Amino acid sequence: MRSLYISFISEFYKSRKTLAFWAAVIVPLIICGLIAFGYYTSSEKILKYNYAGMMLWFRYSSAALGVMGMLILPFYVMFMAFSVNNIEHKNDTWKTLFSQPLNKFSIYAAKYLYATMLLLICILLFALLTYSTGYLLQALVPKYTFNDYNPAIILTKFYSKLFLASLGILSLQFILSLVWSDFLKPMGIGFVGTIMGIITANVGWKYAYLIPYSAPTLALRMTAASKGARPEDLPIFTQEVWVSLTYGLVLFIAGYFILAKKNIK
Amino acid sequence: MSQFAIETVGLNYHFGSQVVVKDLSLQVPKGSIYGFLGPNGAGKTTTIKILLNLLKSPADTVFIFGKEINSHRIASLSKMGSLVEQPAIYGHLSGKENLTNRCLLLGINKGKVAEMLSLVGLSEAANKKAGKYSLGMKQRLGIALSLISDPELLLLDEPTNGLDPNGIIEIRNLMIELATKHHKTILVSSHLLAEIERTATHVGIINKGQLLFQGTINELHDLSKPIVKIETDKIEAAQHILSIHGAEILKETGHTIYISYKNKADVGQINTLLVQNGLTVYSIGIERKDLEHLFLDITSKN
Repeated sequence: MRSLYISFISEFYKSRKTLAFWAAVIVPLIICGLIAFGYYTSSEKILKYNYAGMMLWFRYSSAALGVMGMLILPFYVMFMAFSVNNIEHKNDTWKTLFSQPLNKFSIYAAKYLYATMLLLICILLFALLTYSTGYLLQALVPKYTFNDYNPAIILTKFYSKLFLASLGILSLQFILSLVWSDFLKPMGIGFVGTIMGIITANVGWKYAYLIPYSAPTLALRMTAASKGARPEDLPIFTQEVWVSLTYGLVLFIAGYFILAKKNIK
Repeated sequence: MSQFAIETVGLNYHFGSQVVVKDLSLQVPKGSIYGFLGPNGAGKTTTIKILLNLLKSPADTVFIFGKEINSHRIASLSKMGSLVEQPAIYGHLSGKENLTNRCLLLGINKGKVAEMLSLVGLSEAANKKAGKYSLGMKQRLGIALSLISDPELLLLDEPTNGLDPNGIIEIRNLMIELATKHHKTILVSSHLLAEIERTATHVGIINKGQLLFQGTINELHDLSKPIVKIETDKIEAAQHILSIHGAEILKETGHTIYISYKNKADVGQINTLLVQNGLTVYSIGIERKDLEHLFLDITSKN
């Protein structure tokens, strides 16, 4: 446990000055900032639709969730899984890392946990920023109806689903970046996978849920379909979330065995 | 408790079908500076990686302080500091941060960082990004990283690579100090014998994965005993005279004959003897094979 903890702290220490770490903060800031800015500057156009509180929140949050779930999130996950491993590939430090008196599994698990934490920070910030900028807009443009509905539960559910649905991609990309030191292979596979995921999810292919890359899109699409029901009843653990979690767990364990068998060059 | 810091017993290692290490039996006594010599590609780095458990060794072939490495990985590694190939340093972190990170990983007091930086003469460059260091500075940072945990056993793979003469002397003195004052065991690999000669107490010479010589530095010196080279016109007559005189003839080629050296007076006597018997002595002199040639001789044999 101690090795896991110190490896984790060391991961933070190593990457705190890198883009991988700051992207977790900057990406939500930029995206939510841009959307809020758009809602502020074109408030008159939006006010014409006369959305009720809930609908306004739905429109507002899906602007972020839409881009996020479909494109940015998968690519962010790929980039992050790559960076966490690339820091060792680039500096040729795998050999030093594994010649420390630390349990091999701890080193591996700490890296994975660190990537998961970055993802969590990113998603948490998205949720918090969506929530807080909504109320900020309300204060700036009093005619908005953000005050009429409290989106806390529904936002939490949306983003929790998104987080869980991306763990499958994370584990897969983590292994790819662990095995290959170059940028193109994991990115190329991830890119093709994401496009495939989006297409299969959107055409409603029967087995789309089996592709980890389609999980985030599916998680959100199901949400849109169940619009009629009470949004607070939205289930978090839907089929694609379970599939993503299973992929996540199985590939996480597989990744360790790949690493343990790998000779450190 | 084993008297050896490192012991390998009939160690074999191969990458695919290529044999890299063959029946290697290293014995590195505690407190020694063990010069691990061999030409490039002889298997030195592979051996060091095996000793660090980066490459998996067969069971019961590698022992660190008497303990089998695969079953005592963490205990063994906690006694070792290492510098393998070019130093592995995080380029985006400063020298100081690199050391601090290592302190974090090893649970060491961060106060050691400044001490290490001054030990390797990097105090002034402490806050400079390590990626911008010169090769020599990187090497010194690598050495600081390997020393920070105050390990009993140091594995240094060509530590003076890329250092200027001053830097080489510093590292050499540092190694001697670590071994004599702090009783560390140091295994240092090199492809240059001259570099090792002045520091090592023990030497192992490896080529094509095989250990060709292992022993103390004096034992290595003994291999290079001086010989007397005599050039004369009548080689067979000379041979006859010399064997009556009791000289040990080592080899003969054309007009030259080599005998073992006893002392100066003996060389004089031999000269007189040959001349008195009517032979023309073109030249007579003492030859000493320096260690560099000896090294080349040893490594070119297999």
